[in-house]
Amino acid sequence: MSRTIFEKGANGRSGNFLPANDCPVDDLGFAHRREGEIGLPRIGEQDLIRHYVELASKNYHIDKGMYPLGSCTMKYNPVINEEVASLGGFAGLHPLQSEDDVQGALELMYELESDLCEICGMSAFSLQPVAGAHGELAGMMIARDWFRRRGEERKTVLVPDSAHGTNPASVVICGFTPKTIPSNEAGLIDPEVLKQEAGDDTAVLMLTLPNTLGLFEKDIEKIIRIVHDALLEQAEKGIVDYPDYLFDVGALVYMDGANMNALMGIVKPGSIGIDIMHLNLHKTFSTPHGGGGPGAGPVGVLEHLAGLLPVPRVVKKDGRFSLKETSGESIGRVHPWFGNFNVFVKAYAYIKALGGEGLLEVSENAIINANYLMKKVARDYDIKYPGRCMHEFVASGRNLKKFGVKTVDVAKRLLDYGLHAPTVYFPLIVEEALMIEPVETEKKEALDHFADVMAKIAKEAEENPEILHEAPVTTPVRRLDEVAAARCPELSWSGGECLPMEE
Amino acid sequence: MSYVQNTDSDRREMLKETGVSSFEELLEPIDSRLRVDGVLDIGPAMSEAEVASRLGALASANNAASEMISFLGGGIYDRFIPATVRYVLSRSEFYTSYTPYQAEVSQGTLQAIFEYQTMIARLTAMDAANASMYDASTALAEAMLMASVIKRTRRVVIPASLSRRVRAVLDSYAAGKDIVIDEVPFVEDGTIDAGALAEMLSEKTAAVILAQPNYFGMIEDTRKVSGLVHEAGALLIVLADPVSLALIEPPGEYDADIVVGEGQSLGIAQSFGGPLLGFLAAKTPYLRKCPGRLISATEDIDGKRGYTMTLQTREQHIRREKATSNICTNEGLVALAASVYLATLGEDGFREVALQSASKAKTLYGMLEEAGVSLPFGRNFFQEFVITVPGGADAFIARARERGVLAGIPLGKDFPSLGDDAVLVAVTEKRTRKDLELLCDLAAGKGGAV
Repeated sequence: MSRTIFEKGANGRSGNFLPANDCPVDDLGFAHRREGEIGLPRIGEQDLIRHYVELASKNYHIDKGMYPLGSCTMKYNPVINEEVASLGGFAGLHPLQSEDDVQGALELMYELESDLCEICGMSAFSLQPVAGAHGELAGMMIARDWFRRRGEERKTVLVPDSAHGTNPASVVICGFTPKTIPSNEAGLIDPEVLKQEAGDDTAVLMLTLPNTLGLFEKDIEKIIRIVHDALLEQAEKGIVDYPDYLFDVGALVYMDGANMNALMGIVKPGSIGIDIMHLNLHKTFSTPHGGGGPGAGPVGVLEHLAGLLPVPRVVKKDGRFSLKETSGESIGRVHPWFGNFNVFVKAYAYIKALGGEGLLEVSENAIINANYLMKKVARDYDIKYPGRCMHEFVASGRNLKKFGVKTVDVAKRLLDYGLHAPTVYFPLIVEEALMIEPVETEKKEALDHFADVMAKIAKEAEENPEILHEAPVTTPVRRLDEVAAARCPELSWSGGECLPMEE
Repeated sequence: MSYVQNTDSDRREMLKETGVSSFEELLEPIDSRLRVDGVLDIGPAMSEAEVASRLGALASANNAASEMISFLGGGIYDRFIPATVRYVLSRSEFYTSYTPYQAEVSQGTLQAIFEYQTMIARLTAMDAANASMYDASTALAEAMLMASVIKRTRRVVIPASLSRRVRAVLDSYAAGKDIVIDEVPFVEDGTIDAGALAEMLSEKTAAVILAQPNYFGMIEDTRKVSGLVHEAGALLIVLADPVSLALIEPPGEYDADIVVGEGQSLGIAQSFGGPLLGFLAAKTPYLRKCPGRLISATEDIDGKRGYTMTLQTREQHIRREKATSNICTNEGLVALAASVYLATLGEDGFREVALQSASKAKTLYGMLEEAGVSLPFGRNFFQEFVITVPGGADAFIARARERGVLAGIPLGKDFPSLGDDAVLVAVTEKRTRKDLELLCDLAAGKGGAV
């Protein structure tokens, strides 16, 4: 195991990074000075680089191999995007420079917003949310304020049982109460069930399309109509007064756009009646995941909700771009500036490189790859919802339980074969779930290899399950004691001391 | 450009294997009326050369603060970034990896974040820090929600001097939980009115938020405030500038309960305000209520040291609606940048950054004082302070811009009581004595003789 960076330094070692101070030293004015050392490393530059290169060697990453994590869309991150995003004209901008000095940045944001509108059929996008869950939060704030402005206190948000965990968590922060909608035996929302669950108190239906099983809701039109009608009925009874143009928009439909990689050029969510959605630029639009961020989660809405988007908004007038700070209806801010601008540059470069036909090609290949791989994996693993899938599918390790093997064992064994595991134990409605998203940038041979390894592991489960229980054995560390970590976590380096947690 | 590698014959073969005769058959669950008609209207595909040229043109249409003499701050600072930071960040082992769910093949990310947590815990002198938040304002908002859960009350006190942008983010987050935010005014030296604070505190107060240094750059009497807050049974949440912590007493030493801050100063490009890096540290008893990822050291089954995500029962992917927060993706790579930055500069280099910033700010202050420029809040600041320039902040800023100087942030709109002449000026280690003289001349109305 690598020693920590704190163990590698020695007193007196440090580089020289700043010119000499050309002003008199003055640290005496402080009423409350820090006494003693901070405890930062003192390490020479060569050892520092070796330290991080050593750490790097212990990471799996897209540039190493296939990363079939369902719902995460681990596609190739084009290197040109990294190059253009690091240009000084982008990286060196302060967010409070005058508009004259940032015309290029504003133009990029304006164009990216309008491209996202075209791709999704929405009327307006705000780029401000910095992650998918942050976009959900902004979207829920928009829904909340929309109802509040109309004097309604609708409290319930319907969330299918297959939803990402962030969905109900975002709902709660906005003061709504999530209500779970069970999926039917096909893994879909049942319009009849929805009709019973949707009522006077329903504010939003929050769905993922395609859902986390990789399935397109075939009754989506009916579903949207039911949700919209939940409000329309009230309007017709004269309980709430709505302007005419809103008459066909009832309770709102929110779409978690995490799976938009399946729909580009195929379905525009806004055009089929989705009122609010978010995108994950770090999934669909190829910006790197960075080991857990930075991401970007733009939120888009149809016209009737456009005024509620976060401020500031980028506007264009007479060929000049500017920032509009206020809008009476806006939910306000979810970020102090404009969002993760550096991520916008990469997503913009990606969209421009591919164009309309290229984005359709992405979704087509994502769907073909998933269906092809599902067919192959189905030879050795249960598929609870067989048939057509979109960009991902969920297999199950249930059939291996008779050998005493669990999905976690399959996942760990995959690591031994030099592959990354799929998303496991999610969605919750599939026992021993293995959620597999091959993405469009993997070619047929890579999928064949993955399927072959999966088959080999299924065979090992039957013939020698011990290998799977022991796995992984080829990785930098083997299975870790998570229970001990949770009981007494060691969250910082202090020579190995941990913090006992009260039950 | 296309990044798809399947050939037409691959696709034909795959469709055949799947048991369909065309791609269209795979879309059978989608009613044809829902389908997009025609090609997305976002323009034709560009070659890589065209992409580079288009993006180059957009970048050139900007004038970057990093290339000018910048006194802009307010949360985002123009600082020197050592070359090691970009080198490590450009390793695709880090930037193309996912959240470390499979710990055995993510030890690089996990150990790097563990070391980041250690550095933040040490900087703040707190028990532990999490694996990062989006930025300081959302970290502060989450700390506010956390305090409200811990104290089971819904009132929070913030300084009236808090950045209005940060306040706006707090408002967005507070609305869902019906949290009431009260503001404590500031006194003539720009720090909070402790007397007024004492009167505002009650058993209903969940937390008091204190910025150190505050938005005007001034150093607060943290011990006094901490005493008042804890006497009233509320939590003290500190919004701390990490560079200032090299010189100013860390929050753990004056009994802060939760500490958040903006890590952009730690080797992160200004990048038009994003991505940023929120840090969040807390006392041990509150860790179970804290948002976001936590990385812990542990052992593998062979007894070998390793790292894993821990206390995950707080998190959305396990607890769903009962989670402490909805945060999932955070700012992992940016946290790595901060670690590399702090490790590169090290104990001495980092202290030098803080010392030079503070010294240069004091020098500028002295020059302005001598030139007769009005300085409303006095000398008790770290690296940022308010000046008032007759003739209006906007005219001064425009005049300076003509000389390639970004003079600061006009404050009148956000803080009307300071008037239209007030400007917030930030001085980092990158400024030279010559830069300071130029700004001083501009502020003194000398038009900036070179």
